[in-house]
Amino acid sequence: MAQVTLRKVVKKYDEVLAVRGIDLDIVDKEFIVLVGPSGCGKSTTLRMIAGLEEISDGDIAIGGDIVNDVPPKDRDIAMVFQNYALYPHMNVYENMSFGLKLKRTPKDEIERRVKQAAQILDITELLDRKPKQLSGGQRQRVAMGRAIVRDPKVFLFDEPLSNLDAKLRVQMRTEIKKVHQKVRTTTVYVTHDQVEAMTLADRVVVMNAGLIEQVGAPNDLYHSPATKFVAGFIGSPAMNFLPCQLEQAAGALRVRLSDKLSFPVPSDRTARYTSHAGKSGLVLGLRPEHIAETRPHVEPNQHDFDMAIDVVEPMGMETLVYFTINGTEVCGRVNPNAGAADGKPMKLRADLSNMHLIDDASGKVL
Amino acid sequence: MADIAARGPAAVTGDSRSGLHKLMQRKSTIAFLMALPLIVLILSLVAYPAGYAIYLAMLNKGMTRFVGLGNFDFLFGRETFWMVVYQSCLFAITAVIFKAIIGFVVAHFVHNIPSKGQRKWRGMLLVPWVIPPAMSTLAWLWLFDPSYSAFNWILANFGIDRVPWLGETGWARFSVILVNVWIGAPFFMIMYLAALKSVPEQLYEAASIDGATWWQRIWYVTLPMMRNIIAITALFSLIVTFANFDIVRVLTKGDPLNTTHVFATWAFRVGIESGDIPLGSAVSLFMVPILAVAATFILRDISKRGSEV
Repeated sequence: MAQVTLRKVVKKYDEVLAVRGIDLDIVDKEFIVLVGPSGCGKSTTLRMIAGLEEISDGDIAIGGDIVNDVPPKDRDIAMVFQNYALYPHMNVYENMSFGLKLKRTPKDEIERRVKQAAQILDITELLDRKPKQLSGGQRQRVAMGRAIVRDPKVFLFDEPLSNLDAKLRVQMRTEIKKVHQKVRTTTVYVTHDQVEAMTLADRVVVMNAGLIEQVGAPNDLYHSPATKFVAGFIGSPAMNFLPCQLEQAAGALRVRLSDKLSFPVPSDRTARYTSHAGKSGLVLGLRPEHIAETRPHVEPNQHDFDMAIDVVEPMGMETLVYFTINGTEVCGRVNPNAGAADGKPMKLRADLSNMHLIDDASGKVL
Repeated sequence: MADIAARGPAAVTGDSRSGLHKLMQRKSTIAFLMALPLIVLILSLVAYPAGYAIYLAMLNKGMTRFVGLGNFDFLFGRETFWMVVYQSCLFAITAVIFKAIIGFVVAHFVHNIPSKGQRKWRGMLLVPWVIPPAMSTLAWLWLFDPSYSAFNWILANFGIDRVPWLGETGWARFSVILVNVWIGAPFFMIMYLAALKSVPEQLYEAASIDGATWWQRIWYVTLPMMRNIIAITALFSLIVTFANFDIVRVLTKGDPLNTTHVFATWAFRVGIESGDIPLGSAVSLFMVPILAVAATFILRDISKRGSEV
């Protein structure tokens, strides 16, 4: 049971900076997910916490003790690897008990813990098998079991689901969440999949190019991203980014997307945005679900507009429509029964109460 | 592919000799024909000489009379023979153990050299194995010379007495084993290096997170992962070392007093130099059962485990 603290942590490979000074406080029993595109430094950060990579600068503390120079074996952590890294010459029981055996835990204690972990993960009948005789999902469970029996201060997961097929991945995702509810241990989980991040995390850490973009609860990241990167990374299909101008006319603000198309800014945002009126390099961020088909009942800050649809993608419970505004492709989510068709005009409705105004140069959400 | 090749000629010729063509079309026939060159090679170069050696071993010295197992009976009664058996086993087993240990340690060193410089080191370390043994053994012969050699000169500088490297039984046995280890260790090194490279790095990471020290990582991860390679390499080396001829022949010729003879050199001494060819082949045949037992044990272990990992 422990908190993990990172202070100005830097990782340098020769002259390349993989991690460029990050600060992070992970509280006890928290489930933290590091997410970001490949090469953003998330795996490196995890491996530095594990002690598999030396840190070039800064401090890492586990449970209040600085562990910068502590080897992995003395950090009291457990890690689940992407390719499971099970010992092929040991059976499941031996794999799970290996760490305890090295610590000279009494035999009956080892057996008790392995049985218990096997029960949690539902792998009791696999204990005699060799890893080669297991399916991908079963190996994943064993790898988790190996971590659980150790009862460590911190669990580390390095993209544990990326080797599984899509269906199994969703299933194991739920499993991991259940296990964390049963075995409440501080967990750091690395993934490139924002859906995994959103579903599993207490707090999500979005990383980009070796820096932390934003830390927050999944819904906070979704509804109030701090930067354009976070806005675009979280959510699928991704947020639409439309170059725009902010016009001031008669005390009211309007976002102008093209010569013909402009929307009034919601009145509660006017004060926040007034100073940016007339500036260049502004971008309107609007999620696809905030562009829907028109409905009879009009809510505040919702505005209808006519558009010629380019492509329609039926998804079953919803239909994605793609159209172009001033050369930028825009995605909207409409009801499957709204009559959207390839190449046909359609009356759509934008919900501006969920708009984001972004300064393209700094990448900040205003 | 065999099918297509077989159908060609059969389709062209008529059906008058269809029985033969059918036979030729069968996959097993084709397989046999393709394996035929190898079978001929093995029969002429392995089976025939082996059978001939067994036949020779049962003749009298003049090769005029069949004496059955008389030659073996004679060998069992000779002290020198039992000394050769002892020395052959001592030579082969000690040399293989040291080659394996040195190869294992050096392989780890080379494995930990950054890949840029690794080729150079690998190349240099292979030199003893690449030089023809008769040649490099000649260099060792010079090094071992009691009066003028480098070894004794160095020892003399430290005030240590001259060592009769090849003149005294204990030292002579040590010397032939030393040279054999020097020549053979690089082979172990290169085999173990290949095996080390095939162990996934993440297993070591998992082990170190599980709390393993460097020694426990070697004991619980490296060695089990390399078991098959270790067994196969040891077996091959055991066979080659057991049948060694050149090192002993060049260094000591079996002296002092036949104490460094191994099977091959003693068979040569008895069969060729002393002109008793049947007795020489009887000596050399003794390697077969000893090696057969070793091979069976090691290979059985490999096939048993091969299916697990």
